[in-house]
Amino acid sequence: MHALANPARFLRFAKPATAWLLVIGLVFAICGAIAGLTLTPPDYLQGETVRIMYIHVPSAWLGMAGWGGIAAASISQLVWRHPLASVAGRATAPAGATFAAICLMTGSIWGRPTWGTWWEWDGRLTSMLVLFFLYLGYIALGSAERERGGGGRITAIFGLVGAINLPIIHYSVLWWRTLHQGESIGLTGSTIDGSILWPLPLTMIGFTCLFGAAVLMRIRADLAEAKVEARMRRMGQS
Amino acid sequence: MNPWPFVTAAYAIAFVLTAALLLRAYVSMRRAEAAANALKRQ
Repeated sequence: MHALANPARFLRFAKPATAWLLVIGLVFAICGAIAGLTLTPPDYLQGETVRIMYIHVPSAWLGMAGWGGIAAASISQLVWRHPLASVAGRATAPAGATFAAICLMTGSIWGRPTWGTWWEWDGRLTSMLVLFFLYLGYIALGSAERERGGGGRITAIFGLVGAINLPIIHYSVLWWRTLHQGESIGLTGSTIDGSILWPLPLTMIGFTCLFGAAVLMRIRADLAEAKVEARMRRMGQS
Repeated sequence: MNPWPFVTAAYAIAFVLTAALLLRAYVSMRRAEAAANALKRQ
């Protein structure tokens, strides 16, 4: 990871990685979605609506993982002053915000036929909505600081402070037992039957690769813009 | 209640928003890299 902090070295890795992530992501996401829609049986309780799980769970994971990435980039920037850390943080935010929004919307759509309501101020739903607003704040702060020519320190501190919300989202279903179901997929196993669960890893891998491709493309755009700005400054001075 | 309109809407939202995210990132990357290459050639 330290070797990739050099922008030139990073670009040599990022160019082929972007294409690979896009191809693998599209294949896995589309295959997983088709399998989830056509090859699995309906749930005995929820019926056909359980199929929303194959897109809702990956988007929830990526919404949270995105902020985890921002927090890691913030630490790298504040502690080690990696030249790519602030760029990586800014590039991760739009992808994280998009998947947090997908999670909220698909969850709301799933809630209507399952719970009988589009929205409830439940611990999990509310903390996820807070995460979405944190993303919007991070994006606004990052672009404002960049326009002012700042080093991105305030944005990095905001990224670290916002990470407090991640354990709140994770444990919300244990702390406030309201409408959202408890944890059904853990590191050691799952309470969901294998006949329904199997397409989920496909969509998890697929959307994660697409998330990675979007982040790499944004980092490449940011680095190219920085190169143009630096050259324009040099041309203006000479 | 027919569940399929809900399932279809959820999948449509997920794929449309993901495609929009990727397209926007791709366009901004191509534009920025083209500008950087053009400046390098000058």
